[in-house]
Amino acid sequence: MLLLAVLVVPFAAGVVSAMVPWRRGIGWAGTASIGAVLACGIALAVRVEHGPPVVAFGGVLRVDALSAFMVIVIGTIGVLATWQSVRYLSAEIAVGRSSRRHASLYGALVQGFITAMLLAVVAGNVGVLWVAVEATTVITTFLVGFRRTRGSLEASWKYLVICSVGIAMAFLGTVLVYLAALHVGHHQHVSLDWTSLMAESRLLDPGVMRLAFALLVLGYGTKVGLAPMHSWLPDAHSQAPAPVSALMSGVLLTVAFYALLRFKAIADGALGTAFPRALLVAAGLVSLAVAATMLVAQRDYKRMLAYSSMEHMGLLALGAAAGTPLAIAAVLLHVLGHGLAKGVLFLTSGEIVATEGTSEIAQVGALLARRPALGAIFGVGLVALLGFPPFSLFVSELTMLRAELQVGLGWAGAISLVLVAVIFGSLASHGRHLLLGAAPEGEVARPTPAVVTVPLVGALLLCAALGVLAWPLGGLLHAAAQVVAR
Amino acid sequence: MSGPAYASSLELAAGVVLVCAVVTLWRRSLSAIVKALALQGFALGAVALILGAAQGNGVLIAVGCLVVLAKALAIPALLGRVVASDPNSRETAPIVNVPASLVAAGALTFLAYGATAPLVALVPTVAGRLVPLGFATLLIGFFVMAARRKAVSQIVGLLLVDNGIALVAFLATAGVPLLVELGASLDVLLAVVVLRVLAVRMTSAFGALDLDQLRELHD
Repeated sequence: MLLLAVLVVPFAAGVVSAMVPWRRGIGWAGTASIGAVLACGIALAVRVEHGPPVVAFGGVLRVDALSAFMVIVIGTIGVLATWQSVRYLSAEIAVGRSSRRHASLYGALVQGFITAMLLAVVAGNVGVLWVAVEATTVITTFLVGFRRTRGSLEASWKYLVICSVGIAMAFLGTVLVYLAALHVGHHQHVSLDWTSLMAESRLLDPGVMRLAFALLVLGYGTKVGLAPMHSWLPDAHSQAPAPVSALMSGVLLTVAFYALLRFKAIADGALGTAFPRALLVAAGLVSLAVAATMLVAQRDYKRMLAYSSMEHMGLLALGAAAGTPLAIAAVLLHVLGHGLAKGVLFLTSGEIVATEGTSEIAQVGALLARRPALGAIFGVGLVALLGFPPFSLFVSELTMLRAELQVGLGWAGAISLVLVAVIFGSLASHGRHLLLGAAPEGEVARPTPAVVTVPLVGALLLCAALGVLAWPLGGLLHAAAQVVAR
Repeated sequence: MSGPAYASSLELAAGVVLVCAVVTLWRRSLSAIVKALALQGFALGAVALILGAAQGNGVLIAVGCLVVLAKALAIPALLGRVVASDPNSRETAPIVNVPASLVAAGALTFLAYGATAPLVALVPTVAGRLVPLGFATLLIGFFVMAARRKAVSQIVGLLLVDNGIALVAFLATAGVPLLVELGASLDVLLAVVVLRVLAVRMTSAFGALDLDQLRELHD
């Protein structure tokens, strides 16, 4: 029941918002539907943390601790994003850039987008997972191009073309995994379920699995934003409406990463850890290097946030490469922490663009003096993103590094530290330009309404609390890590 | 169906898939390229039908019919309308010229044979031997996306990639489970429809559909 509710509620909310012209009430109902998803996710997590997985439709849908954790991540950032969508849409309608019809399409697409992500993480079957990830691509293409400016059309074109190629690679990888499962030898019913693939992973043909895993890393890696298939990411994340950017950057990337985690566990069984580890380390380090070079001279703060997402995906790839239970638990905590911090930053940047009219760093300054609340939230979000304590990113980054040292990946950890230091410096200096300085003569500080600030501050507090207290999530993270760790 | 007739018809159909991919590199007229793509869709459907008939697999026959409907009829019709609405529908200045592209296609085919050696070893059947043709089609699709400028050519490249993957799936596994196969075909159809919508919007925003004009976003 709970498992079905996770998918049916947002889907129904999407259908309703597609049928009626947009009103604020419909917008809040959308937020409530994602709130219900979050509640179901927590209930599922409590159930599967110590118990067996929850299954439906004969294993097509399946929730274990890892899936339940991802549902919670999607629910949390989904609530934030749909909350701010209400304000975003009323503002767009007020200035005449959007109509009620157009806005209702947005509401439907966002709910559909979240449903597709939820389907991806509760799929018990690699085929359904693939279909769900592809569906997120098609739906978000419309959301990226929602504003119908030249820039957003170009971004959505690039996004769809590059991600379609990527996802096609992932499909080929899935087909090859199926081929390897077909040839395991005994003539049982061959299926694409996670459980049977995990059980048979040691028997899968290594030659085929090597090719399959390389294709999967390349394919799902495209959606994760890992180099070399990352070029869509800064364009799409900077051109989409802010709440959509928050969802894409905060959750969609990590939903694709979740697929990689699952496949890595299968590849570890078939090939041993060396080959999957080498691929993930290479992808992670190259992504970090690209992010570092692009951030140094970045002029646009939305693109800056997009490249920072690439950095964090690189760190996740390194953590997953280590692959111990400790590393995976840290990876998952990082997924949630990054989602919260990046979600807050993208939503705040949407507010900044709305009031300043530009996303150029050079043309925005002295935010702390001119928009104290907005500036403070952006500043604290940036501090969280940079990995300062008490925020959870500090704990997770440190733990991933420790796990890398334990498995002999200390050299990769050291290189990543250098690159992270470069990124730290550039983000801090861009942040300084945005936030500090004196307000121009005669300009009074403008307040920001509480409806904007309260959820953002709440998300930052949650991110800080997760860094201090392990209590609410510790058991779940441990159980989730056991699912895919070696 | 079995024996030499089965083997040679399967070889013919799979071979036509690859030849059509090469034709998209050779021809410059976009309408000719779209025709080659339609023929490729027919050949791909034929592969599924031949395999389905040989194994008495009804599901695979149904999938073959769907492939013909989607890839030989629906998608080329959609693309044909985009091409018809574009007055200068020729690939006048590709990034890599035609002779060099054809040489590259040959090299990519060799590469495909090398990369798929473990697959061929695992599936020692007539169908298994043809798997490299699917990989070659896929690699040529990549090449088309990188080496051609027109927006329609990019969609063609994407479809070549997808057809190559479908060919591998049919030959190596006699089709992945129906649910996945349907999801995959439907998603590609959707992606092409969305790209067409975007193409129309971009034509109104940028004028002609030349990807060189996508220069708004950069660092």
